[in-house]
Amino acid sequence: MNRLQFSRRDVLGATLAAGALATGRLTRPARAQARATAAEPITPALVEAAKKEGKLAFYTAMDLAFAQRLAKTFEERFHGIGVRVERSGAERIFTRIGQEYGSNIHGVDVVNTADQAHCLVWKRNGWLAPYLPEEVAKYFEPKYYDPDALHITTRILISPLAYNTNLVKEEDAPKSFADLLDPKWAGKLVKAHPAYSGTIMNATFQTARELGWEYFEKLAKQRVLQVQSATDTPKKIALGERAIMVDGAGYLVIRYKEEGQPVEIVYPAEGTPLATAPSAVFKAAPNPNAARLFQNWMHSREAQQILVDWARQYSPHRQVVEKPGVRKLSEINLMHEDAEAVEKTSEEIKARYTQIFKV
Amino acid sequence: MTIALPAERTAPTYKIDVSWPVLILCAALLCVLIILPMSWLFYYSLVDRTGAFTLDNFKTLVTDPVFVDPLTTTVILATSSSVTCCAFAAPMGWLVARTDMPLRRTVRALVTASFVTPPFLGAIAWELLAAPNSGLLNKIFRAVTGAPQDEHLFNIYSLAGLIFVISSYTFPYVFVLIANALDRIPGDLEDASAILGARTWMTARRITIPLALPALLAGAIIAFLQAMTLFGSPAILAIPAGFHTMTTKIWSLFNYPPKPELAAAASVPLLVLTVALLRAEHLILGRRGYSVVGGKQGDPRVIRLGAFKWVALGFVFLVLMCPVFLPYGALLNATFSRVATSFVTFDNFTLHNIHFVFFELSATRLAVKNTFLLGVASATIGTIMALVISYVTTRRAISGYRALGFLATAPVAIPGIVLGVGLFLSYARPPLVLYGTLWILLLAFVTIALPAAYQQLQSALRSVHTDLEDASRILGSTRLRTLRDITAPLLRTSVIATWCFIFVGVIRELSAAIMLFTSETKVISVLIFDLNESGDLGAISVLGLIMLAITFAVVILVNRIPGFGDARLRNA
Repeated sequence: MNRLQFSRRDVLGATLAAGALATGRLTRPARAQARATAAEPITPALVEAAKKEGKLAFYTAMDLAFAQRLAKTFEERFHGIGVRVERSGAERIFTRIGQEYGSNIHGVDVVNTADQAHCLVWKRNGWLAPYLPEEVAKYFEPKYYDPDALHITTRILISPLAYNTNLVKEEDAPKSFADLLDPKWAGKLVKAHPAYSGTIMNATFQTARELGWEYFEKLAKQRVLQVQSATDTPKKIALGERAIMVDGAGYLVIRYKEEGQPVEIVYPAEGTPLATAPSAVFKAAPNPNAARLFQNWMHSREAQQILVDWARQYSPHRQVVEKPGVRKLSEINLMHEDAEAVEKTSEEIKARYTQIFKV
Repeated sequence: MTIALPAERTAPTYKIDVSWPVLILCAALLCVLIILPMSWLFYYSLVDRTGAFTLDNFKTLVTDPVFVDPLTTTVILATSSSVTCCAFAAPMGWLVARTDMPLRRTVRALVTASFVTPPFLGAIAWELLAAPNSGLLNKIFRAVTGAPQDEHLFNIYSLAGLIFVISSYTFPYVFVLIANALDRIPGDLEDASAILGARTWMTARRITIPLALPALLAGAIIAFLQAMTLFGSPAILAIPAGFHTMTTKIWSLFNYPPKPELAAAASVPLLVLTVALLRAEHLILGRRGYSVVGGKQGDPRVIRLGAFKWVALGFVFLVLMCPVFLPYGALLNATFSRVATSFVTFDNFTLHNIHFVFFELSATRLAVKNTFLLGVASATIGTIMALVISYVTTRRAISGYRALGFLATAPVAIPGIVLGVGLFLSYARPPLVLYGTLWILLLAFVTIALPAAYQQLQSALRSVHTDLEDASRILGSTRLRTLRDITAPLLRTSVIATWCFIFVGVIRELSAAIMLFTSETKVISVLIFDLNESGDLGAISVLGLIMLAITFAVVILVNRIPGFGDARLRNA
């Protein structure tokens, strides 16, 4: 039954992909290969096997509070499986896994990065295990998962501007990236780092593509406070340490605003940088069943609804109910993501960025 | 003439004296700890990616502004920190050692507190205090003066801010050297000066200061080295401000794509400078040795400050605000406040941070366990090694004792981050893959602790007369048994002190750990550093306070042991 249903979806997926290919927006191979991986539900046998392993290591770039919330909900749902969250910036996670695998240390079970380019590298290295959860096959658009089912987009992130409402009046707030170059914002900006954060790596790539590197050269003269994580910039403006965040996790701004903190989001006129954040199970995962169970559950409606309701991020899951208070993705002028280009130029981006911002 | 021996000792000839194998083991271990990592470091610095010999790494180092700027910054930073430390620690040391200022013991204890506070924790606490806009002190400043929102009194994200924070946690080194030197200067000389008619100031200028000067110079060098090789504080304060120091630059070279060759090359100047400066320090302190050598000495003269003693006390406590009172207060405040940089009130009081760290943060348990395990293991192994080596060198037990002593002292010249790079290059590859295990961290921590532990135990051993040991050996016990039954009990206090000293050192170590951890071998210091990068200040405060609690529990335990409180400061 499942297989039959799936192949029908596959045809649909292939058509969609072909359509996308024709319009040149999506340069991915047709989805025929995905048939090799059958969609898998959470079966009692999987749960049993996962509980026997009893633990898993989840390397992720998501905000710590959310990662722990997700882990805790999973632990309550499947008693006896402990989730160890290893949180850092996506680029740091990428370095860490590279270093660990380079020394034959296979510690990671499931990864959730914020940079699609990483999955391209891991896929090429043959490090990822194919695994297609049933709900992904049913409810995710094919553009949100790898044709070989090696990685799945878990969450969709944007990197907007934001400001502290105690420090900046609404009418004075910057409306665009260009506005940030106004001398009146000198010393009032905070920015995250592309060598640490995957969101910022993508945002930097997209902004440089749209506005040119000269934009960053001018921005560097504004005496920006250079923090590391995309999850730190919203915290810094919430504290009032700086008035405006140049880039960072939009979802935290919304969360903090809803908590009553003095922050407000701005979708820049030039377009808002976009980063889709994929997850993958590693082939050499020390807890392969727990890893698959977690990967499956993380893309279930239950977990994806937490992603929307609690973490205020965008979900690729079609059945997830939107919660008011967040602007719809379709209503935001988004910059275009290009994982292949990021993968090819990430070293250059880091070097150039360091040259311009000195760190 | 007959001596009644216990029955089991009747056949000593069958017993093999295992001291030789033990000593060889020690020497081999030291090679693994020091020689191998440093060899790999030099090798890497001289090859390109394909493994061919090249000097390009060093050429890049001295021509590329990406490296030249951090090098310049580091020199400025280290020099300024050193001068600042001396300017504050020298008068403080004098006040504590030579005057009738009240609360002198308390002051010494508080200096110890700033000494054991992890510098990176202090740096984060100072972010809470003196970040230009959200810092608590700047908030107070604006509230008091009515200054507009964008004005500030302090900006911790600056070179000056970094120098200030580093000095706050480095001055204890200078203080201890100065205070100890002044303790040891015989009062007779000053008495003579006074008898000959010199006034207090004249005596100070002509006698006390010249005699204390070598200690001051040595302190300046130690402070310079500390500031130069520190990793945590610059990573926390310099990068947001937009500049690198050498240590943060070396660390950033391990980001993807890693450039170990350049990192190795960049480590070499730190290593060379350290060796050169330690050599200089040795010469300076060596000279001082002659000036105060003597038999019985008079007690140091205590200078009466009169009403000035309250001024002096005020000065000392003002200085101690910086490393101790203010940062601890800021961490406590952030622990219980909903917003890390808002003052705790009834409205925003929360236990959320504590709950989060203990019940939600899945990294806590592992990090605390690893830290504790490593602390105990490093302290135990380090103490045993230091004990054996100092025994060999003070008793000249084997012919190669000088080499052994040298090897045990050598790591003092290896900055933590350089050792981290060396160990990573050596043990992240076959044949011996230690990377990913706690062993590699253990190697690092033992190596870092060894020189101080060795010096401490060596001076303790020198004070134990050899008669008792000789008696034991004559009675037929082996060298190791003698060590265990005779020497060790006599050294108990020093041994425990050394153990605690290493334990505390391990807990606050970051610069080597940051190069060597994997996700399963994280320690608290690395966890705190991670949390700082994502701005989770509430969780940091709780973890930081846990760390301080463990540290102080150990320190106070040690101070309960009679006579140790002073000994520790002397040998630190």
